[in-house]
Amino acid sequence: MRKLTGGLILLLLLGACKFNGDKKTLPIYGNRTPVTKTVNGQQVTDTVYQSIPAFKFVNQYGDSVGSKNLQHDIYVADFFFTSCPSICPIMQRNMLAVYNAYKDTADIKIISYTIDPKHDTVPVLKKYADKLGISGNSWWFLLGDKDTVYQLANSYLVNVGEDKTAPGGYMHQGYFILIDKQQHVRGSYDGTDPKQVDQLIADIKTLKAEPVSK
Amino acid sequence: MKTGIIACICFLLLALIYSCQSDTSIEFKQYYSAGSLVYQSHCQNCHGAKGEGLAALIPPLTDTSSLKKHQTKLPCIMQNGLKGKTTIAGKDFDGAMPAAGLTPIEIAQVVTYVGNSFGNKLGVVTGDDVGVALRKCN
Ligand code: HEC
Repeated sequence: MRKLTGGLILLLLLGACKFNGDKKTLPIYGNRTPVTKTVNGQQVTDTVYQSIPAFKFVNQYGDSVGSKNLQHDIYVADFFFTSCPSICPIMQRNMLAVYNAYKDTADIKIISYTIDPKHDTVPVLKKYADKLGISGNSWWFLLGDKDTVYQLANSYLVNVGEDKTAPGGYMHQGYFILIDKQQHVRGSYDGTDPKQVDQLIADIKTLKAEPVSK
Repeated sequence: MKTGIIACICFLLLALIYSCQSDTSIEFKQYYSAGSLVYQSHCQNCHGAKGEGLAALIPPLTDTSSLKKHQTKLPCIMQNGLKGKTTIAGKDFDGAMPAAGLTPIEIAQVVTYVGNSFGNKLGVVTGDDVGVALRKCN
């Protein structure tokens, strides 16, 4: 009898674990606004989540690309500059792990925005990508108008800016931001911490397995 | 009696040699462990926890022969940074390392650490060694 209850409890525990594992979905971050509409004569309240606004920049190949090209992609975004002496090398080392995990998956991309457009011209970005060993179109280094990029950073819930006292002249945060196919923020990870980056790599898989809504 | 004196002298000599040895090894340990902290706070972001570098952007510190070749210049590299083309571990680098902003003793510590980690075995570099080397930077 004892043995039986013991076994039963074990089974229940296992079941609980499995149940939790299956149900995992990633949260949606940022502001949400309730929008009330009338559908078939009935009032329906819908939640509209913060999303990344449309943008159009230039990548390391000199091609004009933007949010239009990312409509069917999950992507990871970060903000950097090529001459950054402090945390960027750590971020790039960790982002390379993300790149290597998903470079052959068509609908997963990496977008690195430079926050130093004056120095990081297209040839500088191309050389930087080459030296990192990046080829193809799964990792873009994007160059755009400074104010537009700084504005855009806010929608990714990241703070960037010029700061004469910071190493390299810019202050920024080393977050990796996970964006889903609806342009919602689904995760934010410290790009300088290999453990959080492992979590990001796992979460991309979870997000990819999510049933398509809307 | 005579053998007693000889034994005594021998013992003293041995003790002397032994204490000298442990002196340098204590010195080495002190430089090395302090150097590991300097490395973590000033170098690891670029050169990596295992001295692996970063692709073709930042060279690894695992190439003993390259380090040996630049051994006398290492303190100057820490003091002034390094710029321009170099070939390390068979790869070309054309980046820029900023001046580390370290004191001569911290330079000695970190050079001892790097010189004896990541598969390197270049021995201890003291604060005095660094002082001499720094006078020869151009
Ligand atoms: C901002 C990134 C950065 C930081 C921080 C940095 N380095 Fe470097 N280091 C470089 C780059 C880039 C080069 C290659 C420069 C070139 O191409 O001329 C280099 C070159 C070197 C070399 C020459 C290697 C050889 O085999 O000749 C040594 C030694 C070295 N660094 C040690 C250190 C140590 C020790 C520290 C910490 C005090 C440090 N570096 C901090 C980026 C960095």
